[in-house]
Amino acid sequence: MSKLFQETVLVQYLFRNPSILIFLGTLAGVCLAVTILGEGFGLGLISTSFIKTLGKTLCLCIIAIAMDLVWGFCGILSLGHFAFFALGGYMIGMWMMFARTKIIVIEAAKNNVLPPTPAEISEAVGTQIFGVVGGAEIPMVWAFADSLWAQIAFIVLVPGLLAYLFGWLAFRSRVNGVYLSILTQAMTLALSLYLLQNDSGFRGNNGLSGLQNVPGLDDVPQSILSITFFLVSGLALATTYLMAAAVVGSKLGNIIRGIRDNEARVRFLGYNVESYKLFIFVLTAMVAAVAGALYYPQAGIINPTELAPIASIYLAVWVAIGGRGRIYGAVIGAAFVSLLSSYFTSGQAPDIPLGFATIIWTDWWLILLGFSFVVVTIYAPQGLGGFIEKLARQEKG
Amino acid sequence: MFLMMLTPALADSSFEQLVQTNAKLISKSSSKTVGPVLNTLQQFGGAEAEAFLTNWQAKKLYFIKKTGQFVLVKKAGKAADGKKQMHIRNAITGEEIGLVPAKSVKQIKPNSGVRSKIAATLVPFQLNSNDPAIRAKTLKTLLRNIESSHLLPLKAAIANESVSELKTQMEKAYVFGMLAHGAEESEVEVAILSLAGDLSIDVRAALTPVLASTIVVAKEIPSEGNLARVITPGRTIKKADGTAARLNAIGRKDAELTDSTAYDMMVARGLAPAFVTRNMRDEALVASVMNGRVSSFSLDDLDNENARDTAYQHLVDRAAAPPLVSELQRQKAIQGAVFFALYNNPSSRVTDAARKVLNDIQTKVTLYKYLDLMLDALSLASIYFLAAIGLAITFGVMRVINMAHGEFIMMGAYTGYVVQLFVPNYTLSIAIAVPAAFLVTFAAGVAMERLVIRHLYKRPLETLLATFGISIALQQLAKNIFGTQARPLTAPSWLDGAFAVNDVLAISNIRIAIFCLALSFLGLLLYVMKRTRFGLETRTVTQNPAMAASMGINPDRINMLTFGFGSGIAGIAGVAIGLYSKVTSELGADYIVQSFMTVVVGGVGNIWGTLAGAAMIGTLQKSIEWFNPSNTLAAQTYMVIFIILFIQFRPRGIIAQKGRAVEA
Repeated sequence: MSKLFQETVLVQYLFRNPSILIFLGTLAGVCLAVTILGEGFGLGLISTSFIKTLGKTLCLCIIAIAMDLVWGFCGILSLGHFAFFALGGYMIGMWMMFARTKIIVIEAAKNNVLPPTPAEISEAVGTQIFGVVGGAEIPMVWAFADSLWAQIAFIVLVPGLLAYLFGWLAFRSRVNGVYLSILTQAMTLALSLYLLQNDSGFRGNNGLSGLQNVPGLDDVPQSILSITFFLVSGLALATTYLMAAAVVGSKLGNIIRGIRDNEARVRFLGYNVESYKLFIFVLTAMVAAVAGALYYPQAGIINPTELAPIASIYLAVWVAIGGRGRIYGAVIGAAFVSLLSSYFTSGQAPDIPLGFATIIWTDWWLILLGFSFVVVTIYAPQGLGGFIEKLARQEKG
Repeated sequence: MFLMMLTPALADSSFEQLVQTNAKLISKSSSKTVGPVLNTLQQFGGAEAEAFLTNWQAKKLYFIKKTGQFVLVKKAGKAADGKKQMHIRNAITGEEIGLVPAKSVKQIKPNSGVRSKIAATLVPFQLNSNDPAIRAKTLKTLLRNIESSHLLPLKAAIANESVSELKTQMEKAYVFGMLAHGAEESEVEVAILSLAGDLSIDVRAALTPVLASTIVVAKEIPSEGNLARVITPGRTIKKADGTAARLNAIGRKDAELTDSTAYDMMVARGLAPAFVTRNMRDEALVASVMNGRVSSFSLDDLDNENARDTAYQHLVDRAAAPPLVSELQRQKAIQGAVFFALYNNPSSRVTDAARKVLNDIQTKVTLYKYLDLMLDALSLASIYFLAAIGLAITFGVMRVINMAHGEFIMMGAYTGYVVQLFVPNYTLSIAIAVPAAFLVTFAAGVAMERLVIRHLYKRPLETLLATFGISIALQQLAKNIFGTQARPLTAPSWLDGAFAVNDVLAISNIRIAIFCLALSFLGLLLYVMKRTRFGLETRTVTQNPAMAASMGINPDRINMLTFGFGSGIAGIAGVAIGLYSKVTSELGADYIVQSFMTVVVGGVGNIWGTLAGAAMIGTLQKSIEWFNPSNTLAAQTYMVIFIILFIQFRPRGIIAQKGRAVEA
């Protein structure tokens, strides 16, 4: 039995790649520790809101892995992956908001003499959801919002299709390097402007709200919901990590690294560079969308400011700080910077009195962060991951 | 007037008589009864009547309680017994009467309705006033609202008017009067035709009521009546001239009549049975609930339209409710009737003339609006050009992705704000702010190049990240120093006005200034890059630094200066943009993506390209806005999508760079 166990592909694979094993072990340890210390099932030493922060951080780690794949391994500095992330959030948010409003509407209609017709229910739901933007009709894009499975499919399909269209156009005409970055940024801007419009059917700048309540699970306390989302996010992160490691370790991984280092040479070797790039671009867009779909129910609200071009640049910075071209580097960067960010901006950090002035961290954190980008880019181009590896080499040597 | 002056004595005596016979009506006036008196006074005319009316209007008129004689009063000292006294004189002749106790006279206080009627009566007098200012003031009221009684005096005044400007105004007022009150068809027609080609708003406002129409429904179109248009519900829209046009898919207008309002009109005219709406049907069902059932139906089954319709039909069969009208029946009923609109003005000659003139005016207005749109696009393009021109050097020539470019623009704007804190004279402060902004951002640019960018020339994508870090740090720094609220950067007063061509077309001076600034930047930049030693060296270093160095050029120094120069220009652009909009810490961030797109669309490495890019983006955005003016967000969205597509087809921009430097 144990021999059979050792022979399964996954286990063999893991033992051949100790870094993956270390990562999965650490992740499992963190998940276990948080579950035990958390409120939902455990001792209650960690507050529900902090568990939500941790869960969100895990989601950010997932999208950081996607970013690392597309930028660190394939050399495409996409400033549009946060758009896919938010789009995933919008897709799940539509179902959550629609289904929950419908339950409320049906509950309210119980007092009426006549039982409501389907048309009346959808009208009432429409008024509830779109009243803020002066509409009452349910837009076409919400046609499948009633069905959880359809929206779950859309989480990967819609961003995937958008990434496919955009990538096909961009790679086909050989838009490269900086130009591609600016083009992806333009795409993000266009999408956020589109979602900002009141008549595009996504509630304009109000966005979708009340996402922390899962429809049909109103009796379940937030403490349980949050720890569940946390664990699901952890599982998703583990899966993404394994998938990314598999992609990077395969022949495909070698080709995309080749594209990063010298695109022309790979093309002359007879590879269809555009297809490889497109595959990675679409794959990572889908991963980002899944991460978003897990993130926003924990954040509770999503609106178009989430996909401002600046968010995607932050993402690139996390990966840069963590260390490009290393999957664990992306995770470390995202976790480190986003947790530090929430620590400093939440006002928990103590102010530093300097005599002539006081450093209030909520005001000065961004300045510190900005300058640390500069320092990391210039002096530690390999990021924190590179630093760790250097230490490891020194110990060995 | 001349005649009246010849016979003062006669006028005097009879005017006094006239006034005193109407004394009761004057002293106890109400807006209902005062009309005839005012008419007689107006017909009488003359300076006395004008003075009398003016005093009456200004509440200066008193009357002696005993005799009812009208007097003007002046306060006097107290009498020996301590009672108040007044000097009085005849209100018409001005003849002194003497001192009387204040209690013996009473003030006439006309209410506002009466006062406005007096004002209307005074109009002919004022039109003949010797003071042009009074004539102009009266004309202004007349242009807004003219009564039929003013037409004759106005016509007389036109003949006497000596100031040509006032004369044209008077003629215009007369035409408006004819439009509103003209009785004679041919006269009105002439009046309308005389307005042809006048683009001012008041002309359009005066013509529109002539073409007002009322919607009617009938079995067929009657032969009499001045037909404006035939309406197809859901299909046609109303044009400004009262005729109908087909609803097309592009224009986002709603049809003039929807099916339901059309049907409601038919119901109101008794041409069709009332439509039972869903709500009415459901109310009827609810009203007839007995023991949890509606006739033979259980309430629980009534959760769909069909079941409710069937249940309601049962009520109809029992004659407990009016019958349902199906959608098909409603359509048929609407098709069986004609909907049309009749002009309120019965004369087709008048409406035809008005329509012709209004349409001619509308065509011209549309033309000017297009022109206005082009100017708008031009000024937007100038702003984009200003915002992007610094990038055209740092990104276009040096290939450095400077995400902090927007923050240099912001720095320039804040420099302007700080200068204005110390120099209160706006003209002078702007004159100081422009070089100051250049120096500040030049220094910042040089510092950034030396400290950061120098290390990253081989890694362009990472320059993006490092400069982004600087960008957020600078933004936050500005927030910490200047706060989050917008700071004003005030333009000097000579930039405040607008250059108005006519009522449709006006260009604000600040836009002209920004356009001129953009033009001079273009000239300056072209001169520096193409005609100076510095420009030559910059181009050399960009093309091949090693070769340039071997020719004795110091690439480090040139890179530093070029970057500083590009940043300094961003600073000056910041002052201009700050004048145009408010100065906030996010000012630069608003422009950064657009600026990069401008440079990329235009073609990297070419100043003319940046100009072309700015022109294209500006024109495009304004043109899209033209189709849907209420939604600027949509315009921006479509513009960005267009740019993305455009770059697919011309990846190197409008003016593509050729040669070996492209791949470098």
